[in-house]
Amino acid sequence: MSKQDSSFAVRRLHSLLGVIPLGVFLIQHLLVNHSATRSEEAFNAAAGFMANLPFVIFLEIFIIYIPILFHGIYGIYIAFTAKYNIGGKGYGWHSTYRNWMFLLQRISGVIAFIFIAIHVYQTRVQVFFGADLDFDMVHQIVVNPLWLVFYIIGIIATVYHFANGLWAFMITWGFTQSDRSQRIMSYVSMAVFVVVSFIGVQAILAFI
Amino acid sequence: MSEKTITFKIKRQENQETQSYWEEFELPYRENMNVISGLMEIQRNPVNSKGQKTTPVTWDMNCLEEVCGACSMVINGNARQSCTALVDQLDQPIRLEPMSTFPVVKDLQVDRSFMFDNLKRVKAWVPIDGTYDLGPGPRMPEKKRQTAYELSKCMTCGVCLEVCPNVNDSSNFMGAAAVSQVRLFNLHPTGSMNKNERLDALMGVGGVAECGMAQNCVEACPKGIPLTTSIASMQREATFHMFKSFFGSDHEVE
Repeated sequence: MSKQDSSFAVRRLHSLLGVIPLGVFLIQHLLVNHSATRSEEAFNAAAGFMANLPFVIFLEIFIIYIPILFHGIYGIYIAFTAKYNIGGKGYGWHSTYRNWMFLLQRISGVIAFIFIAIHVYQTRVQVFFGADLDFDMVHQIVVNPLWLVFYIIGIIATVYHFANGLWAFMITWGFTQSDRSQRIMSYVSMAVFVVVSFIGVQAILAFI
Repeated sequence: MSEKTITFKIKRQENQETQSYWEEFELPYRENMNVISGLMEIQRNPVNSKGQKTTPVTWDMNCLEEVCGACSMVINGNARQSCTALVDQLDQPIRLEPMSTFPVVKDLQVDRSFMFDNLKRVKAWVPIDGTYDLGPGPRMPEKKRQTAYELSKCMTCGVCLEVCPNVNDSSNFMGAAAVSQVRLFNLHPTGSMNKNERLDALMGVGGVAECGMAQNCVEACPKGIPLTTSIASMQREATFHMFKSFFGSDHEVE
């Protein structure tokens, strides 16, 4: 790649990491949480299995921490280099669906980054300092209605960012090229948003 | 002459160093006026609506039939060509502003060098000059020609950059026009012999990867060029080019 610029590879890496591993991890995480809708014991067993995987610290570092820090920090840089032009001085066609999605993708990304930072502090960091990872830990957080609202907003923003990001991923890597394929993909991404949000919100409500 | 008048509100600026200000002009109505004939009227008689004598308004124009791209400006909030902006179809007062993405030269005239520099950077041409006759090139398939013809309508007018949220002072993104031109010249049978050079340029700083997919460009393009398809097509080509030239491969063109 000697003749090309590193910025291209960095952008492609940013796009890739958003889906693999972060998108895959997001779904897996919400599915583990969803076991709380069955019973407290079911969640403790599922979370315990994840927490006791061999070499779990390396799995966390290479599959979660490094990708999320890179994707998050570079993503915030991208979000702040855009000049948003929704509405404004009578730009009728500026309020298009895709221009809104463009803006929401960046807003939801910033919300997700803040939410995840706080969420990691409340759970993983506490486990590091000796707290027990179980149903009760999450229950103690979301029993407070303010935290519950914060968690629901955080989950929906993160899932939106993932679902709409899938649409952009498909263009970035050259899968969807024609108008029609991009339109079909936007329906798919909306379906992903609705289904995964439902799973995530249903899961968090099970902890109350 | 009837009593009917038309009003122009024009955002004026002496040069890049000075502040911009709005000035209003009232002109007698004539049938079938476009924005440019209104501006010419102001040029003939530079008196604003308060009756004060002022400097004539500066703007850029050339072909007057929406093929050169020079007369682009923001008219009632929409970036478009002033030659095809018909007064009868516009709400009064007609607000004229220079495009905000480009540096203002004076009043409504902007400097679109950024676009031309990027066309040079991506080598948006077919190189045929040499020391001997290269003979006829390969034939172009008709279906390819039809696609290429749509892309060739680009007049570098700057509207797609004006509406793009990712073309601004804090980003280097070249905008849809140059990306689409790479697709045009890579489609050309002779042009494709140098497609690796154009793709390398497109994969540099400000290249196709910096598109944010807000897709305003394709809505705004006055020539109806499928810009988002061009961008997606170049994303695909760039992906292939990246994998083919990975890890020190000597891949150039297939």
